[in-house]
Parts: sequence; structure tokens; C-alpha cells
Amino acid sequence: MSGMFVGMPAFPEAARTAVRDSTLRGNLRHATHTIRDKRARAVAELDDWAALREAGKQVKDHTLRHLDRYLVQVEEAVTAAGGTVHWAADAEEANRIVADLVKATGESEVVKVKSMATQETGLNEALEAEGIRAYETDLAELIVQLGKDRPSHILVPAIHRNRGEIRDIFRSEMGEWGRPAPENLTDTPAELAEAARLHLREKFLRAKVGISGANFMVAETGTLVVVESEGNGRMCLTLPETLISVVGIEKIVPTWQDLEVFLQTLPRSSTAERMNPYTSMWTGTTDEDGPRTFHLVLLDNGRTDTLADEVGRQALRCIRCSACLNVCPVYERAGGHAYGSVYPGPIGAILSPQLRGTGSEIDASLPYASSLCGACYEVCPVAIDIPEVLVHLRERVVQGGPAVRQGNKVVLKPAKGHAAERAAMRAAQWAFTHPGALRTGQRLASRTRRLHPRTLPGPGRAWSGSRDLPEVPAEPFRDWWQRTHGGKDGAK
Amino acid sequence: MSSRERILGRVRRALADVPDDDPPYERAVTRGYAREHGRRTVAETVELLAENLADYRATVHRCADGQLPDLLMRLLAARGSRSVVVPPGLPPGWLAAVDATRVHDRAESTAHELDRVDSVVTGCAVAVAETGTIVLDGSPDQGRRRITLVPDHHVCVVRVPDQVVSSVPQALERLDPSRPSTWISGPSATSDIELDRVEGVHGPRTLEVVLVED
Ligand code: SF4
Repeated sequence: MSGMFVGMPAFPEAARTAVRDSTLRGNLRHATHTIRDKRARAVAELDDWAALREAGKQVKDHTLRHLDRYLVQVEEAVTAAGGTVHWAADAEEANRIVADLVKATGESEVVKVKSMATQETGLNEALEAEGIRAYETDLAELIVQLGKDRPSHILVPAIHRNRGEIRDIFRSEMGEWGRPAPENLTDTPAELAEAARLHLREKFLRAKVGISGANFMVAETGTLVVVESEGNGRMCLTLPETLISVVGIEKIVPTWQDLEVFLQTLPRSSTAERMNPYTSMWTGTTDEDGPRTFHLVLLDNGRTDTLADEVGRQALRCIRCSACLNVCPVYERAGGHAYGSVYPGPIGAILSPQLRGTGSEIDASLPYASSLCGACYEVCPVAIDIPEVLVHLRERVVQGGPAVRQGNKVVLKPAKGHAAERAAMRAAQWAFTHPGALRTGQRLASRTRRLHPRTLPGPGRAWSGSRDLPEVPAEPFRDWWQRTHGGKDGAK
Repeated sequence: MSSRERILGRVRRALADVPDDDPPYERAVTRGYAREHGRRTVAETVELLAENLADYRATVHRCADGQLPDLLMRLLAARGSRSVVVPPGLPPGWLAAVDATRVHDRAESTAHELDRVDSVVTGCAVAVAETGTIVLDGSPDQGRRRITLVPDHHVCVVRVPDQVVSSVPQALERLDPSRPSTWISGPSATSDIELDRVEGVHGPRTLEVVLVED
């Protein structure tokens, strides 16, 4: 996967650096707590949340279990509606297909809607190598792109930047890419947003080619769905003459009716809104409304390998809402960059090592980037048991065993001696030297005791093989101390 | 081997554990969730729509059928709009009192032309009370998707109670998947800068919804 950040240090190392960055920590803490609290209220509005979550899980599981059938069905439906379907086995192939399609239009510029699939394939860089300039149009992605930076959160990719930094980036970089920032630009969010509006509008109005991902595609009808807030998605999806959508093969839902589940759970889990400001749905092409040419690129890039793992498969249910990031005590302190992939946080910790394999040090360390507190599982709107997959992946890293890589059965060697141990011990050491992370982890752990493994995963397995792990107490000692003594002597 | 065959082959091999008699879709998915949330009278549903629209910072107006032309005239005048995009099937009487220049929604007009227009007035396909959402599906009274996107001011007329449903499931039931649709909940917004909400990065910064009682 070319979305791998080259030279990325393994998680514990990257996390240690991030933890020292107080701006990053402050921003992240503010962001995750704000969204987390709002989300809880948005979810509480629906008294059938548990049933919606269950239906979402079932729809996705069923689709994954019959993915071949639904892929063929979506291909037929999109083709019948006037679109063209392409299949890409890996990132390179997807990028080549897109570059060729853009070149065939004679254009050398494209506008892009934020899409994790194209970030995963490194599309922008691939296009640049072909002389095609890709403009990110989501405000946060624009900030990231102008700042020559990497996204740090699925939902708010520029959350690591303050308004002052954003103003400086706009002032120094916008002119390079098009309309410069106004002379006396201040750092108020309204003015910054206005500068972005003017800068990008110039691009939207002349764009001939748009590139997007999709949140869902409906097998029965061939409909694609993009959920967004700003309207840059609508601009890219409707103004250009040619639209190219790169979509992971796991994004299928069988029927139009299934959207009723996800259009309720996604916005509330994600931005904590009853509904996001804009949702666009289109089926192939429509006469005289929107792009006259539509291409759908179905992307594998490690998804079929993930599908082959009966435990890890559930990661493909993910609808990228980012709720699990916002409750994760490890993510909150380590930040998105530490995960070394476009998928940060708990979902990144189980998805990236499956999509890419556990060959590299960063990927081998990701299953340890967790305190196994279970909070991610509780918030996940499609009930992905992230702790279960983490433990499973730890075992695979340490013990090796059968797996599928690029469609081929392989037997992974145990990450002998140091590699795994080092990764694990560093992660553990990291948690123990950051009592805040540990505390949050423990507190949540008591609430989710039933999720905990009875044996130690990873290198500890040999030791715990003959012993049961102690039960996690109902109330962590620290909490008990706080409750009973904390008030008196003000101990913290 | 084509990539299509390669991917489908990988999927099939990956799913070797799935038995032939795996439950079909109809049995695999249990829909234990609600078709709508809470019990409301028709009037209460309309009220909830108005509340949720306003909560997402759309401006809500209510009027009787006969007052619509006058209200639309006042809304455009209040913004000083000198031009307004008109979808082909907008009931002609709606804009009878408006003196802004009408710009017709035509396939040939460019995005740059639309960018110079002040306002757009449309109908809608359905409105969802629980979420405060209006849905456009490109019908003749709503026009092409871009006309409600490029101008900075969108006035959307919703016929109540006919076009109002309670919930997302009820809205999807009414829509035709073959038509492109745009779901709008409040004006364009971003929270990308320190999570401060700012209205209108790209879509219309002002959304006014008129609830017209038949
Ligand atoms: S794993 Fe679940 S909670 Fe996390 S982003 Fe995916 S759907 Fe959301």
C-alpha cells in the first residue's frame, strides 16, 4: 500500500514524540472530548439505537459474506445506468486507471472530494508524477495539502493545526496554488473559511474532472452516496464533465432500503449531528444534470486479504465514522500521525496491519497501540469488536500462522525474538510511563470487563498459558482512592 | 487474467468458510428499529421539522398558499437580490410578485453564469422532520443540482403537510433511486478550524425554507 508513510517509526516511538507535543495534545483533547460528548447526546435521541446498530452490523456482515455476488450486481447496475466500472487489484492499478482516465479527457487538473480510498492509494502523488495536479477541496484537506502535511484524524484531518498556523499557511501557500489569500487575512475562522471559499471557487467553476470516493454504493440500484458538510463534495460531484469515483469493494450495501440504517447512524456517530448538511446520491449519469461521464473504480488493495481472515474480516464493516478515535485514550495522546497510515486510531490499528500485512515494524506494532479498554467497541455503530481483532492480530504477529497476502495463502513466520517483543514492550512501557493513558484505560476497562481476554496476548502468552489473568476489578484502585480519600487531602 | 476476475476469485476463495445455506438477505437482516421516533400528530411533525431546520440554522417561514408570492417577493427584496434562478417547472404564480431578473435553468448555462446570480427558488421532493432535512430530486420544480449549489441564497418551498415525513426511512420510501438526489440539512457548514462552526464554505450560506400550508 503506497499510503504507507515511508520511514515511519513504529507506533510507540512516534507516540512518544507526539505525547511531548503539547499543542497537538491540547487540540486533540479538545476535539475528541467535544465530539464525544455531542455524539452521546445525538445517539441518545434515538431510542432504537441498539437495533439500528444491530441492523447495520447484519447488513454489512451479510454483504461481506456474499461480496462476489454484490460486486457483480453493483457493476451491472452502474453500467445499466450509464457508468463505466473498472477493477483495481491494488493501489498502483487504481492510480494508473485514474491517471489514464484523466489524460483521456485532455485535462491536467482535477478537483477532489476528501476520500480515504484515494489517500490510501496515494493518488495525488501518482497523478503529480503524470503531470496532473489534484486539488483537495475539503477545507481541512486544503489546510493539510497547503501545509505539505498529513491528515491526523478521519473526520477533522487538520485538527492538529491552530487558527494562527492555518492563517500562516494560507498566507504563504495559497498564491502558489491559485488565488492568493487576502492581504490582511486575520485568524478568525470565518475569515479563514471565506479565504478558502474564494480560493477554491475559482477551481470548482473551471474544473472539468472531479474525483471522489463514496460512503456507500447500493448493489440493487447502482446508486453512490457521498455524505459531507461543506458543499465541496456537491461541487466536485456535479459541476465537472467527468466524475471518477474510487471506492473500496467493502462499501456495498445490498438495497436502497439499507441506506435508512446508515443515514441514521453515520452522521450521529461521526459529527454528532442528526444529519450532515449535505448528502449526494447519484445513479450512473443523468441527462443534462451533472457529469456526462461517470467512472467507478472498485478497489481491492488488501481488502480481499482482510476478508480471508474470519476474525479480522469484521474490520471491513467500518463506515469510517471516527467515533472510535474520539473515545480512544491512546489516540487522544498519541495523535493520528503516530499510526503511520491514513487510518488512525483503533480502526487504524486493526485495518492497516490487515490491508498491508504485518511485515513492517510499524504494522507489527499497531496491534499493540491499545489498552484494550473496549470503549471503541461500545461506540462503533456497526459493532466491530476492535479489541477482539487486536488480540487476534497480536497473536498473529507473535506466533505467525496462515494468512492471505495478495490473494495467496502464506504462512507467516513468528516475529521471532525481538521484533514483536520489542514492539509490545515498547507499547507497554509507553503506556506505563504515561499514567494518564493508563488511568483512562483502566477506568474504561472495568466497565467492559467481559470483553477482556483470559490469556495474555503476544509475548505474554506463554506465561499466561497456565494461569488465568486476574479479573479486572469493578472499580480501579485509583478511582476508589479518589472517591474515598481524594476529596479529603486533595490528592490528584 | 483481468483484475475483475482476479478480485472476484480472491473474494470467492476468501469466503470458503461461508456455507451454501448461509441465510439469504431477507433472513440475515432483522430490522428491529423504528420506522419513526415518537408519536406525533401531523401538526406536531410539521412543528418538529420547523424546529430542527432552525436548529441547523436554516431560516424558517410559514405562510398560507395565497401568501406565498408576496412572501417570496419580500425574502428576495430583503437580500437585495437582483437576479434569481428559476427551475423550469416552478409554479409560475410563485414568483409573480418578484421583480428580480429571472435566470432560467438551462443545460448550456455555465457555472460562471450561475455564480453571478443572487438567489434561487425551488420546491422540494420531501422534507424529513426528525432530522430537519429537505431533499431535492431534480424534478422540474427543483431543477439541476447545481442551481441550488452555486448561488449564495437558496429559498426552498415545502408544501405542508403533504411533503413532510417524520423519518429517514419514510423519506427513502418516497424517493426514486434513479433520480439524483441532494439532501440538505441547514446551510453548508464546516468545523474544521478548531471545531468552531462556520456557515457556508461552498454551498449557499443562506438557506430559507418556506413551509406553505395548502
Ligand atoms: S471502526 Fe466503527 S467506530 Fe471506528 S470508524 Fe469504523 S465504524 Fe466508526
